[in-house]
Amino acid sequence: MTDTRTLTYVNALNEGMRQAMREDERVFLFGLDVDDHKAIQGSTKGLVEEFGAERVFTTPLSEDAMTGLAIGAAVSGMRPIHTHIRMDFLMLGMNQLVNMASKYHYMYGGAASVPMVVRSMIGKSWGQGAQHSQGLHALFMHIPGLKVVAPSNAHDAKGLMIAAVRDNNPVMFVEHRLLYPTEAFVEEAPFEVPFGKARVIREGGDVTLVGVSNMVNECLRAAELLQEEGIEATVLDPVSLIPLDYDRIARETDKTGNLIVVDNGWTCCGASAEILADLAERGTRAKMKRMGFAPTTCPTSPALEALFYPNPATIAQAAHEMLRPGKTYSPDPERAKLAYQVAFKGPF
Amino acid sequence: MSAPRPNDPTQPTADDLRRLYRSLRLIRRVEEEVARVYPTDKIKSPVHLSIGQEAVAVGVCDPLETRDYVSPTYRGHAAYLAKGGSVPAMIAELYGKATGCAAGKGGSMHLIAPEVNVMGASAVVGTTVPTGLGAAFAQKRLRTGAVVAVFLGDGATEEGAFYESLNFAALHRLPVLFVMENNGLAIHTGTEKRWATDRICERVETYGIPAQRFPTSDVIDIRAATIEAIAAMRDGGGPHFLECVTYRWREHVGPGYDYDQGYRDDSAYKEWQARDQVELIGGRLTDTDRDAIDAAIETEIAEAFAFAEDSPWPEPDRLYADLYADRDFTPVRGV
Ligand SMILES: Cc1ncc(C[n+]2csc(CCOP(=O)(O)OP(=O)(O)O)c2C)c(N)n1
Repeated sequence: MTDTRTLTYVNALNEGMRQAMREDERVFLFGLDVDDHKAIQGSTKGLVEEFGAERVFTTPLSEDAMTGLAIGAAVSGMRPIHTHIRMDFLMLGMNQLVNMASKYHYMYGGAASVPMVVRSMIGKSWGQGAQHSQGLHALFMHIPGLKVVAPSNAHDAKGLMIAAVRDNNPVMFVEHRLLYPTEAFVEEAPFEVPFGKARVIREGGDVTLVGVSNMVNECLRAAELLQEEGIEATVLDPVSLIPLDYDRIARETDKTGNLIVVDNGWTCCGASAEILADLAERGTRAKMKRMGFAPTTCPTSPALEALFYPNPATIAQAAHEMLRPGKTYSPDPERAKLAYQVAFKGPF
Repeated sequence: MSAPRPNDPTQPTADDLRRLYRSLRLIRRVEEEVARVYPTDKIKSPVHLSIGQEAVAVGVCDPLETRDYVSPTYRGHAAYLAKGGSVPAMIAELYGKATGCAAGKGGSMHLIAPEVNVMGASAVVGTTVPTGLGAAFAQKRLRTGAVVAVFLGDGATEEGAFYESLNFAALHRLPVLFVMENNGLAIHTGTEKRWATDRICERVETYGIPAQRFPTSDVIDIRAATIEAIAAMRDGGGPHFLECVTYRWREHVGPGYDYDQGYRDDSAYKEWQARDQVELIGGRLTDTDRDAIDAAIETEIAEAFAFAEDSPWPEPDRLYADLYADRDFTPVRGV
């Protein structure tokens, strides 16, 4: 059944959590300010009204102990959703995430498991700067025992949320704030988007663009620009970073012989480095390139911030250079801006 | 202590004394045996012995029921055993065998016994304070009536997570008993080099948490306070805090004594030995009772070590097993 209802990413997150909480009363949602009138940009709106303060509550500014609380509750029969408004703040919970949550099932020989979801928001926007914008998902990808998902659209935001709550492991749930208002087709009934299954969003024979989180949309926009130059790009969304669909990425890379991985994070030891390393180990002959945050700290001045992130124009230029080396190409800034309106809505 | 009331549950009966002695003696003897075997290299992970500190774990765990939880530390043999954790599974774990309580993947610092609600112990100081808090949150939310005893050292009280946990426990009136084993040392460094003041009970009380100090960690006193705290917590009362002053007889990690190392002499050790709780409680038993308990413990320990010896190593394929929990989900309603 194809669904014709569209929903924003933020409302899809909300619906995913709401349905997961209706389905299973062990689920609870907590974190700084989840129950105030702003409701985490609306993502937790109405949940305290429906489920009550016992299941939806704010916390003191104690990320370390609150992460431990989630773990302790999870191993004793609950299913927490711990929410952070910025991924930067997760650093204060790192000890519990890295030393306890990721290890608990293995280190005790399978005697206990930790079904918990840790939501955090990443993302650029107006002057957020060095400590309010970081995409640190690669830190978590490095740690065996954690899962990491990064929905790029409303459909996946809901389906991954339901799958994450039902999963018996700690799941790092990475949300990009710029995606919150974007719309996609989203079924009303509860559904899961499976982890470890990449999705081809656009097919083209010349170059494969892999985008992480909102970089999927930037890649789509780049693909439009490239099309005007007669270059056809495949755009691939890994959907989850751990588990990562290495095989699908390799297949889509083989088809075009050209790969650019565009991450919403730094390239050094990042998701893009991991993907390229895997392909190198497989002996790929494809040309490959990583793109991501500039290897520096994120500045606030728009004049500098604009240079920090990959964008449709820089992605298109990189693809052009890969396919037609030495040929100058700079997309018309107006066309690049226009491409900025593109977003993937489905079908899924 | 006030004069005993008739039928006062905090005053031990003869049965209680036998049980307390059994538990104290079992822990002491298991750890002495661990220390004895250690130089043979059969034990495959570092051991932090509780010898001398047994009274704290025993006094707290004796009145706990199976449904109640403990959240132990890496110096956790005593809490694990006092709560009823299996001796053979513990020794096999120390040996790195497949039959260990953590399937040979955790070792001495990562004991766990879900069947008696011993939560996983951690080698990172202070980390099991918030996880114990989480278990207490779950008990309150699930209305089990169970309580959680969180064990921690004096060093762990210096971690931020400890204060974060006190605050949250008090704010949400969670059924947690914080049990601080104050042995005055973090590895080799005394509290005088680490604490601006030693008034830990006062610090805790500012959160609205009742705090009690036990200057000699008398097992009967700790047990009595625990009984009262449990009753209050089962009744919806919030957290309690016990500061149990105690003494680590052996080195921080490993089987030996370290009075020749220059950072402490054996004068305090001699004082603590003179009021050894294992001996004091043992002395209140009849010789027949004591001999029978001692003999049973020796058999139990011999069997546990034999079990560990005879148990297989984990198969190579276990290296990757249990990294992730299986996909097995049945929604629960009506909690
Ligand atoms: C977070 C952390 N910092 C440092 C260490 C190294 N370390 C191991 S035990 C210990 C002392 C802890 O003292 P205390 O909490 O009093 O417990 P005790 O060993 O006396 O039982 C330290 C510092 C550690 N394991 N974890």
